[in-house]
Amino acid sequence: MRRHGASHSRLGKVWGDGGLEWEGASSVERGQLIRTMEGILGPEGVISEREQLRSYECDGLMNYRVIPELVVLPETAEHVQEVVKLCHDEGIPFVARGSGTGLSGGALPVESGVLIVLSRLRRILEVDIPNQRVVVEPGVINIWVSQAVADEGYYYAPDPASQIVSSIGGNLAENSGGVHCLKYGFTSNHVMGAEVVLPDGSVVNIGGGKAPDAPGYELLGAFVGSEGTLGIATKITLRVVRKPEAVRTLLAAFKDTEEAGDAVSGIIGSGIVPAAIEMMDSLCIEAVETAVHPGFPQAGAVLIVELDGPHAEVESQFEQTIRTCEEAGASEIRIAEDDAERALFWKGRKAAFAAMGRISNDYYVQDSVVPRTELGAVLKRISEIGNEAGMRVANVFHAGDGNLHPLVLYDNDVPGEAEKAEDVAGRIVLTCLEHGGSLTGEHGIGKDKMKYMPKMLTADDLNVMQLLRCAFDPHHLCNPGKIFPTPRLCGERPGPFRMHPVQKAGLAENF
Amino acid sequence: MDTRTQNVSLEDLQNIVGEQHAREAAAEDAIDGVEPRFVAEPGSVEEVSALLKLANDEGLAVAPRGGGTMSRLGNPPRNLDLVLSTARLNEIVEHVPGDQVVRVQAGMKLRDLQEQLAGSNQMVGIDPPETGAGATIGGVVAANSSGPRRYRYGTIRDLIIGVTVVLADGTVAKSGGKVVKNVAGYDLQKLFTGSLGTLGLIASANFRLHPLPEAARTVAVELADTAAVGQAAQAVMHSQLVPSSVELHWGEDAKLLTVLLEGIPPAVEAQAETASFLLRGFGDVRERSDEEAENLGPLPVPGSFTGGDEVALKISAPPSELTGVLDSTWGACSRRGVTPRATGQAGIGVTYVSLSGGDEEAKVQVVEELREVWTRRGGSVIVRAAPAAFKRRVEVWGPLGSRLELTRRVNEKFDPRGILNPGRFVGGI
Repeated sequence: MRRHGASHSRLGKVWGDGGLEWEGASSVERGQLIRTMEGILGPEGVISEREQLRSYECDGLMNYRVIPELVVLPETAEHVQEVVKLCHDEGIPFVARGSGTGLSGGALPVESGVLIVLSRLRRILEVDIPNQRVVVEPGVINIWVSQAVADEGYYYAPDPASQIVSSIGGNLAENSGGVHCLKYGFTSNHVMGAEVVLPDGSVVNIGGGKAPDAPGYELLGAFVGSEGTLGIATKITLRVVRKPEAVRTLLAAFKDTEEAGDAVSGIIGSGIVPAAIEMMDSLCIEAVETAVHPGFPQAGAVLIVELDGPHAEVESQFEQTIRTCEEAGASEIRIAEDDAERALFWKGRKAAFAAMGRISNDYYVQDSVVPRTELGAVLKRISEIGNEAGMRVANVFHAGDGNLHPLVLYDNDVPGEAEKAEDVAGRIVLTCLEHGGSLTGEHGIGKDKMKYMPKMLTADDLNVMQLLRCAFDPHHLCNPGKIFPTPRLCGERPGPFRMHPVQKAGLAENF
Repeated sequence: MDTRTQNVSLEDLQNIVGEQHAREAAAEDAIDGVEPRFVAEPGSVEEVSALLKLANDEGLAVAPRGGGTMSRLGNPPRNLDLVLSTARLNEIVEHVPGDQVVRVQAGMKLRDLQEQLAGSNQMVGIDPPETGAGATIGGVVAANSSGPRRYRYGTIRDLIIGVTVVLADGTVAKSGGKVVKNVAGYDLQKLFTGSLGTLGLIASANFRLHPLPEAARTVAVELADTAAVGQAAQAVMHSQLVPSSVELHWGEDAKLLTVLLEGIPPAVEAQAETASFLLRGFGDVRERSDEEAENLGPLPVPGSFTGGDEVALKISAPPSELTGVLDSTWGACSRRGVTPRATGQAGIGVTYVSLSGGDEEAKVQVVEELREVWTRRGGSVIVRAAPAAFKRRVEVWGPLGSRLELTRRVNEKFDPRGILNPGRFVGGI
């Protein structure tokens, strides 16, 4: 556990060369900062007690923990602007957090920094069916959006497994996927506009919102998925999609993942774009069966395939899908006859991560991607890596887009096992890179995978990406220490920014 | 001769790309009447890098060029010394049909790429009107060109999954990759989409592919007035049809909304029937044949087939305001003796307008009036093509609002000396 800042520590230890050495009277002590924040947010909007701060020491990835100096809970976009402006002017690093369900440590606090929790910005601001748009605040939970438009026959397509708890702001930061993104795209394909508080506290609107093709750079496309390092979205315009006329779902059992993989290739090769196509291996099936009893067949692998769209198309392609599964050697094919049966299939799939707790004390979730045609070779290699290390690895993945989620099972009470699991997970991700894949498909780089970035991208690639960072956040205050293993200097004057004397005087009056 | 180019000779360029691949510019290389001094055609990313490094060191203004089909897009160049053509970078680098992904060099023509992909029953889901005229992949990305099928497949930003770029100082960098799902690092491929060459030269791009539809039907409805246009478009948008496009054609000799349905034959038949039934309430409906499906309507897209005095606009507005877009356009034009015609993506909120007749002043006033209205309502009006003299009177992109300063900062980071297409992009970039 890292040391928590003493009550009179100076805040804002950031990057390099003596960065934030503040001069005499202008330094902000913790007590002063708390009072200023309380002036903005009220006493109930600021958390400073150590025990309470501990609730925020990690996100969904629990192997990294840092207690922030302060947690603030803004309730409005204006609050966020004021908080960020204060942090900027005083050179204090800050991290935005939604529901804290991220799996790469993207919302891990910064020591001596402020954690800005956005869960109180949870209003759905506008439902505009004629333009197929919903405008929300960042703390709105993913599933609420679909619920808000369900009566109109619409839904919000991106559906990460965390959708009943994860926030839209967090989804935007991570460019979340989900089981239906093969056909419908990711968060980036569904966010049409955002009001963003930049790291200097100024506000910009990016993306067209309700109108398409805003002139200028595609800043929104670059902002979505930037893992909270470019600013904080305070108002987000989402596209909602008309519910399909028909949905058909089947579950097919196979001897092993190779057979199931043949079926996947066959389905997609026949020109079908399934709404979802998910695979689980035997270990995963066992865990899910123990945890939520969906009644899955005992098999080496199961596929869940869902088709949606116009009735005539779905019927014809569903027949084709059944034939393809049979030809690939399916030992059993179950067809969901109604919504309840479909929900049961998905319950089993969406419970997969949590179900690992039933067959193992601890597990490490990996997230990596390979070209679809490499799936068979990579799965074989994953199994070998597990065997070599004497570790069990369960596999559940989005087969259609080659997005793997190997789960490395271990027991934290056995000395050395956690490290061994992390090593196995690391070898798996490097295998994926060797096969032309990516370090992460939807969980993000965050803190977790920074060290692997140079394996996938050259120093020039990373430096050019950071040019964008420098344009948005020249002083590295916004979620620093994530994504990039080596922060690039931005050619600005290093360290704290000289505040205008008048501004300084105005601030001082608040204390 | 411009003082900037005095330090650079044709030989310097030929030393990089070979004697036959660099030449003195000719009149047809001019952009909006501004003539460059040289044209170079690099044959590799390394040559692009060396050319840009030279240009950056010597302060030469560079215009990247693909097929040249959209060279009228943008403000007239502030300076222009070197046209950097991607014509020789024209190959598919990698296409694994089973992965439904392609990596292609920037100078390849989109129509050639589509033809090759069709051999595997695949396509890139974009169909900009400049395809037939020889638009290249790099040009389509840089101009963010789109066509009718964006209703179903989205635009370049939704299909591009990786890019290799060369920055002004010669740095070669990539982002994304050859997998559809990938969140490792910033999404620079989206940032470069629509950047009009001002952030760097796009050397190659990777796309996700879609299966080629087996069959197509177009259902067309004749509409009496603009109110019916808005209602018919809304009816299609909120139905459970899955059209590939919903196109408007609006002018003296055509008042038409067309709905393109693509997919497997039984589904296309069924959907065409549903669409006909749905649209019958708005006017006379007829089905167009397979042969007509590629030609979605009678009117060419304004600004895509450049020439003469045409002033072509692109109006972006919330799709529910389609009737208002047409009414405001016809109103602004009729008061000034200007004749408009329009095509566009009725279900998306993109309307292309061509202005003819009337004098230059009248057309300037039309643009200013429409821009005032639609900027206020959250949209934009850009001048997509116009004579250079017109563009010297009307800034082509319109206001950027709150994001102007950030936009400039991004440009300064990528092209600090401002050598890439200076003056042509938004906000004076």
